[in-house]
Amino acid sequence: MSQEILRVNNVSRIYETSGGSFGRKNKVSALDGVSFNLVHGETLGIVGESGCGKSTLGRIISRLDTPTSGEIIYKGNDIAKKSLSAMRPLRKEIQFIFQDPYASLNPRRQIGAIIEEPMRIHGMGKDERRARAHELLEKVGLDKNSYEKYPHEFSGGQRQRVVIARALTLKPELIIADEPVSALDVSIQAQVLNLFKELQDEMKLTYIFVAHDLGVVRHISDRIAVMYLGKIVELGSVEEIYNNPQHPYTKALLSANPRIDQSAKSTRQILTGDIPSPLNRPSGCSFHTRCPIAVPECSTREPELRRIGAVDVACNLVV
Amino acid sequence: MTTHEPAFDLSSESPGKIALRTLVRDRRSWIASSMLLVVVALTLSAPLYASLISKTDPFVSTINGTVVLDGVEVQVLQQSTEGLKLGVNPIGPTWKIGPYFLGADNQGRDVAARLLYGGTNTLLIGFSAAALTLIVATLVGVIAGYSGRIIDSVISRILDVIWAFPVYLLSISLSVVLLTSGFKWGPLSLEAGSLYLPIFIIGLVYVPYVARPIRGQVLALREREFVKAAIGGGAKNSTIIFREILPNVIPSVLVFIPLMVSLAMLTESALSFLSIGVQPPDASWGTIIKDGLGLLYTRPIVALTPGLFIVVTAVALNLLGDAVRDALDPKARLRGAF
Repeated sequence: MSQEILRVNNVSRIYETSGGSFGRKNKVSALDGVSFNLVHGETLGIVGESGCGKSTLGRIISRLDTPTSGEIIYKGNDIAKKSLSAMRPLRKEIQFIFQDPYASLNPRRQIGAIIEEPMRIHGMGKDERRARAHELLEKVGLDKNSYEKYPHEFSGGQRQRVVIARALTLKPELIIADEPVSALDVSIQAQVLNLFKELQDEMKLTYIFVAHDLGVVRHISDRIAVMYLGKIVELGSVEEIYNNPQHPYTKALLSANPRIDQSAKSTRQILTGDIPSPLNRPSGCSFHTRCPIAVPECSTREPELRRIGAVDVACNLVV
Repeated sequence: MTTHEPAFDLSSESPGKIALRTLVRDRRSWIASSMLLVVVALTLSAPLYASLISKTDPFVSTINGTVVLDGVEVQVLQQSTEGLKLGVNPIGPTWKIGPYFLGADNQGRDVAARLLYGGTNTLLIGFSAAALTLIVATLVGVIAGYSGRIIDSVISRILDVIWAFPVYLLSISLSVVLLTSGFKWGPLSLEAGSLYLPIFIIGLVYVPYVARPIRGQVLALREREFVKAAIGGGAKNSTIIFREILPNVIPSVLVFIPLMVSLAMLTESALSFLSIGVQPPDASWGTIIKDGLGLLYTRPIVALTPGLFIVVTAVALNLLGDAVRDALDPKARLRGAF
């Protein structure tokens, strides 16, 4: 069970924008030296504000995007620089689920054809595809005659089930889900999340679950990585992160999570200011501009992710 | 018009079927199609009309000919009796089913027969040129939009160059050059004066007008998540183009069909009017208007009837284009209302 499936090593992604004058390119560092590993069958939740690079990280691991530097070692092979055609056989094992089920299904194709597409690409026979599509529709809780319907005839939750069915067709091992429930109603979110869990138990799936909703992540994850401006600032088990957060950013995030318990309100910690632009990253610790406990040293010394107690934290002040 | 879904129909419908049903329910599409059908049927009956009713060859001048009307033999071209009594006056419309129903032109040819023959040419050029434009433009637009980078830049700049010239200026200059010399490029060879030349020229000049919007659409589609999902599933480029992108581009191409046919037809008429489209003795609505220009005061019917046909056909095509657009994108009608 504790077999390593994925190791992400110091991955960075720099986007170049042509916004500068005289052809000078602005560089946006969306990911900056991210490292973590993933063992078979676990779920890693990735949380952070908008623009912190969590979606970029998901897309890079599934190689819908190419990292500027670093290694992505999947089952012992570095896939970071593989070409599109070299990636093709691996697509079977690594699947990506998009945030918006309204955009991720081709409106002009029947559900059956959509689900069968990956199987068709990987050369499965017609009857085999059809049987598998029906089996998967049932597995994700959709009616069998959905096979001949079109995406516009489904609700958001049903569409996300179709997306999940499509991701499962090739019996993948690693599924990267980019905010798979954030476009859905809260009542539907729970259903879809439970579906994710059931499928994980049944098919021994490994998940990377990107979300900004801390409740969602807590429900489904084994470990959590908190990201800020393209870096992981804290990484640890769900219990440690939620009960004993170390990094001031994690603390602020958790205190912002709405709770029914009224007494918790007093501990609400509000971060001032906006997330800095990745175009113009603050020196030293990138969080120091908003950090409630920052000291002058923070603006010069960049903290490394290091082991403190049971979690990995990137903060100069936590010991 | 009601837009209620029939309660009993629970079977699943593709977006295409829904659009088709909307189109069939749209009164405009019926009016437009019947107008077009009448025009097409009339023009296709041209050989029948010439042999059975007008009983003249509409491509041969009969300057000194005579015709028997109501038992009286009359000259087809009579000496003018009006004004300065200069020039000749072709026989006027008889308004009777038979020879010279709409009179004769300045060479004594039956206008009604020429009108129908001309319609065949005008419509043929209109439809063929539009087909050429749409096929080339879809191909070019999809390739440019999908491949991006250098290929896109090169294609876009070429389209810009074509677009930089006003349509009529470009087609007039191309026609003037090609009509005298013909066109030869690789296996493609069109002789001077051929009917394919206007088709080729008109088909070409409108390519940027269709290719650019399609390119833009493909650019947007390429970033859509279902295309990314196909990439994530390991799909090849050809699979993505044919299965994911093209089905979403086809509706826009459909909307363009009637509008492009109408534009091509109007351009053909304009070129023929300027003597650089369809070449005599062949007729088209444009050449008949030109023939009628000199008779505008004495026999206005010669220039007016082809004009009327052009207007009716263009209106019908545009009406159909609107109906198709509304059927494929029901929101467009709402947007237009505000």
